Amino acid sequence: MTDATVTTIAPARPAAPVTPAQGYWGGVAKRLRRDPLTLICLGVILAIVLAAVFAPLISPADPYKTSMMARLKPVGTPGHFLGTDELGRDMLARLIYGGRISLFTGVTPVVLATLIGGVLGLAAGFFGGLVNTTIMRTMDVFYAFPSVLLAVAISGALGAGLLNVLIALTVVFIPPICRIAESVTTQARAEDYVEAARATGAATWRIITVHVLPNVMGPVFIYASSLISVSIVIASGLSFLGLGVSPPQADWGLMLNTLRQSIYIAPGQAVIPGIMIFITSMCFNLMSDGLRGAMDVKE
Amino acid sequence: MTDTLSLAPKTSPRTLPVDDRGGPRQPMLIVEDLKKHFPIKTGGAFGGLRTSVKAVDGVNFTVAKRETLGVVGESGCGKSTMARLLSHLITPDTGSIIFDGEKVGASGGISVRDLRRQMQMVFQDSYSSLNPRLPIVDSIAFGPKANGVKGSVARARAEEILGLVGLNPRQFARRYPHQLSGGQRQRVNIARALAMEPRLVVLDEAVSALDKSVEAQVLNLLARLKEQFELTYIFISHDLNVVQYISDRVLVMYLGQVVEIGEVDELYARPSHPYTEALLSSRPSMDPARRRTEPPLAGDPPNPVNLPSGCRFRTRCALAEEVCAKVAPVLTPLPDSPTHPVACHARQPGAGHSLSPAA
Repeated sequence: MTDATVTTIAPARPAAPVTPAQGYWGGVAKRLRRDPLTLICLGVILAIVLAAVFAPLISPADPYKTSMMARLKPVGTPGHFLGTDELGRDMLARLIYGGRISLFTGVTPVVLATLIGGVLGLAAGFFGGLVNTTIMRTMDVFYAFPSVLLAVAISGALGAGLLNVLIALTVVFIPPICRIAESVTTQARAEDYVEAARATGAATWRIITVHVLPNVMGPVFIYASSLISVSIVIASGLSFLGLGVSPPQADWGLMLNTLRQSIYIAPGQAVIPGIMIFITSMCFNLMSDGLRGAMDVKE
Repeated sequence: MTDTLSLAPKTSPRTLPVDDRGGPRQPMLIVEDLKKHFPIKTGGAFGGLRTSVKAVDGVNFTVAKRETLGVVGESGCGKSTMARLLSHLITPDTGSIIFDGEKVGASGGISVRDLRRQMQMVFQDSYSSLNPRLPIVDSIAFGPKANGVKGSVARARAEEILGLVGLNPRQFARRYPHQLSGGQRQRVNIARALAMEPRLVVLDEAVSALDKSVEAQVLNLLARLKEQFELTYIFISHDLNVVQYISDRVLVMYLGQVVEIGEVDELYARPSHPYTEALLSSRPSMDPARRRTEPPLAGDPPNPVNLPSGCRFRTRCALAEEVCAKVAPVLTPLPDSPTHPVACHARQPGAGHSLSPAA
């Protein structure tokens, strides 16, 4: 019985099937297909985006056409599926058009902040030392303020308007993205594969683009996608406070602001923009959660 | 096509130009007075005492061409720091490294970049040594590509080298590190080092994390590759049996200094430094009747921040005397064996130790 425990090492294994050339993104897609919740969220986001892009084609009415006769019609009124607002404008049309600005103010600052904060964080993490101290301590200054307060302060100082909202939100999102990028880069930089790459005498930019950046991008993208919902909410908040886009424009936050005066008379319409903000940010959040799982290499 | 897939030993023409400048008698590597102290601050933020960890403190040795130098020592004795100093992954404080007759970094010498092309490292942690986002073939091809080899050539060569380390490229080339076992990953790391066509490979605990059967396979692979590519190895390990198996000469380190160097057979048969003696007797005996129960060395090594005066080993040494606390011993060849230097007063004539041999 004892001689059965003697192990021998087989010199060669029989030919195993050739591994399919399935790249990293192939694996991500495969894992995503097994995650219905994330797919549903992706579908909802896609629908909202398409509706916003093709607003003139699908909108049932002119979002700016007021009617004193048809003010605050309830949800389900013939001709006005979601009712009308305090100036008699069609709610559905305004929601569809409002998605344009709300999505724009949700996504643009996050994209800009990811680019700027990502580069800063990468530099801070990779070069360390004085570069790190300079960048990260500057970020800490911005970090000291609560994000909503900072956004209100910046757009208050710059004045109302879409561009200033974008600037304010970008500034608000740079520090957290920078911090994530910095910590992930610092981690990746200490890995032996970066050391091994340095040992080949490769140029620094090459080490960063091949070995560091791909390992930093995943966590940063996931974090950034979760910020989109925050961005939509803060942008809506700024509009609500009168610091964002100005009245005739259709924007979910602004609609919420103007309709709040009618909340006792027409509660149905007043909550609809809020529901849209909620659904959109919820979907972005769940989607980033799903992506986090799907993009993890070590399943 | 089948040619590149064959596992049979085969020397390929070098794609990177490298020549044996110094000739066969010139040592591959001469290390002189290599030092690295890591500064640390103790105490408060203001006016804290500035001191340093003497990780590597005045190391001298040479490595001949095509030999394997084993480096042994306890954890924290500076083995890995030394490995990184050799390829300038950490910049040394002082000391010179002469690679095949050319001083590294000096004017008229060899540049750090050229040195790195000819000196490669294999690390202990096979997983963290490979980029998880890159198929292994790209990890292997990275070095040559970064040094100007065309992408397609580098990849073809990487597949060929995969075959040389015993991994069928058709099966493995496109795999990611997490799809491989530890032994397979370490083969990939060896392949990655070989792709640079190095002349000297520093193996920093390269087989320590592998289980015994895989370790044996990788050791045999290393021995085969050494013949095939005319490599020189610096083999760092804490496993004395493995070092004995693979090395031609062995260097023993203690707290950042070399205490003994010798031919492997002589050093294992006749360890002369008390530390080497203790290390070798710490190996478990294969004979149960002769197993010792008391530890050969008492206590932990002293704090490398606050080193003992004189000989660094004296606090744990059975032979320690007054002279050991006063004078630091210098690495000197044994009187009867010029190729076997030892840093111990008890072995040096006229050193003032009661056991010193007659001059």
